Amino acid sequence: MPLRIVVLTKPVPDPAAAAERLGADGRLDRAASPAVINGNDEYTLEASLKLVEAHGGEVTLLSMAPPSGLETMRKGLAMGAHRGVLVTDPALAGSDQGSTIQVLAAALRGLEYDLVLAGFDTSDGVGGVVGAAIASLLKLPYLSSAAKIEPDPDAGTVRVRRISPTGFDLLEAPMPALIVGTQLLGEPRYPSLKGIMAARSKEVVTKSLADLELDAKVVGGAASRSKVTGTTKPPARGATTVVRGTPEEGAKAIADLLASRRLI
Amino acid sequence: MAGAKDAKGTIWVVAETNADGSLAKSSTEVATLARTLAEAAGASAAGIVIAADPKAAAAELAGYVARVVAVAEPKAAGYAWAQVAAQRAAAILASESPAVILTGAGPDGRDVAGTLSALLERPVLVNATAVAWKDGGPSVEMSVFGGKLITTSAFVDGEWGIVTVRPNVVTAEEAGSKGKVETQAPAGDLDLPLVKVVDQITEAAAALPIEEARVIVAGGRGVGGPDGFALVREIAAVLGGAVGATRAAVDSGWIPYNQQIGQTGKIVKPQLYLALGISGAIQHKVGMQTAGTIIGINRDPDAPIAEFADLVVVGDLFEVGKALLAELKSRA
Repeated sequence: MPLRIVVLTKPVPDPAAAAERLGADGRLDRAASPAVINGNDEYTLEASLKLVEAHGGEVTLLSMAPPSGLETMRKGLAMGAHRGVLVTDPALAGSDQGSTIQVLAAALRGLEYDLVLAGFDTSDGVGGVVGAAIASLLKLPYLSSAAKIEPDPDAGTVRVRRISPTGFDLLEAPMPALIVGTQLLGEPRYPSLKGIMAARSKEVVTKSLADLELDAKVVGGAASRSKVTGTTKPPARGATTVVRGTPEEGAKAIADLLASRRLI
Repeated sequence: MAGAKDAKGTIWVVAETNADGSLAKSSTEVATLARTLAEAAGASAAGIVIAADPKAAAAELAGYVARVVAVAEPKAAGYAWAQVAAQRAAAILASESPAVILTGAGPDGRDVAGTLSALLERPVLVNATAVAWKDGGPSVEMSVFGGKLITTSAFVDGEWGIVTVRPNVVTAEEAGSKGKVETQAPAGDLDLPLVKVVDQITEAAAALPIEEARVIVAGGRGVGGPDGFALVREIAAVLGGAVGATRAAVDSGWIPYNQQIGQTGKIVKPQLYLALGISGAIQHKVGMQTAGTIIGINRDPDAPIAEFADLVVVGDLFEVGKALLAELKSRA
């Protein structure tokens, strides 16, 4: 039995570029910072690709993003995802988590799937609440902090090793289910040249709020129920002392600093 | 505007428990924050404990807030906890008038917050590094863009919501007097599909969770292998600290994932962070940059860690590390 997997992916400012800044409207200046697929979403994408390699099936990427999200989605397609759905609408700029949840849930209602995979959190918001909320709205079994995902398509069930403070909990649920995955799912692959070429002709369906039969009064920036009221720079750290010398001199410098700050 | 929500609602905490039934450390922090906010708002603070046997945690939580509702829910044990807890909590909160609901921002706390937000149709502000009470609602600080910026957010007028609070940003402190515990029986059906826990696998875990450590000694790629971590562990032991690592060290299989610090690992805030063979790339930096004192031992004087550490010793980490062990032992 082939598996139909939807992977939620979010384009985020590239943390490695460290060029993020706010625009005059108090929102992320997307032009200033190159976008990449959120790091944790790459782990769930990798896991989904391995699963369809083993069981057969299809991987669909689902993003809510500005139109530029298409470029980011191409990388996921180049890694091996089969198609993409991009929900994009000018009214969605400035959406809060609640809107994101409503929109992604509405998009999922229009798709057929056995599993929905989401990353542990995003590197820009570090919230990690969207997966649980979508599962609740769609009344899907919710399995989080996944280190390993083992579906049994014939039985129609899925098992997940969930990271616990002392090891793992082995969870089991019927499919369809929503799973939030972690880095332990495994290192994401690099797109091959063949994959990059193939990605150009893969289908990406674009959907607007109207396509999802959602009202811009209810979701999107205008309906946001939280607002940014201010920004500040974090307190600067003091100057760095650099010590070069013998190992003993280095060790003494460390011990002296620890002693002066009562850390030993 | 200002005052609209003052003193009307209650500041609620949905608490988490440890495997032994005691109150999770993150919940002691969140409960302390709830009490502080309640004092500022002229409101009261209350907490919810949902567990198969909530007695011990509820009694502990009453040390922090004035009122605790405890629900003995058998399904909180054999099933994934957060969905069960969020549904029971939502049922309680639906008949109360919350001013805000606080949870931890760890794996269980965020699962509860996400589920509650859907069930109660409430907005969420995530991963708070500080929360104050301002203009009748929570004013929530968040660290964004890899710690480059702190934003302050609020719910819009007339709205209340849920806030997840990062571990280690509040120091837990019990109240002067004990709160009251009310025990409720679970009422009504659980509508969301429940996820069975079919097995629990215990692995040799670190003695001290790194989120709770006062001192962390961490190793990166420069440590070179699992054997190199023996030195990291030895220094950690002498300093009474926990062992942390970068993703590179975890990916190489030298140390378990639960000790990884950084973007796809844990965010920590110890008083001392001693980094061995760690370059300090942004993905690691976001997990530890708010540590009290940061010291690096690194071969490369131009590594990014030199931009935010208090002290960087340039040299071979094994030579400096061994010399440091000797120095620390001589001063003990």
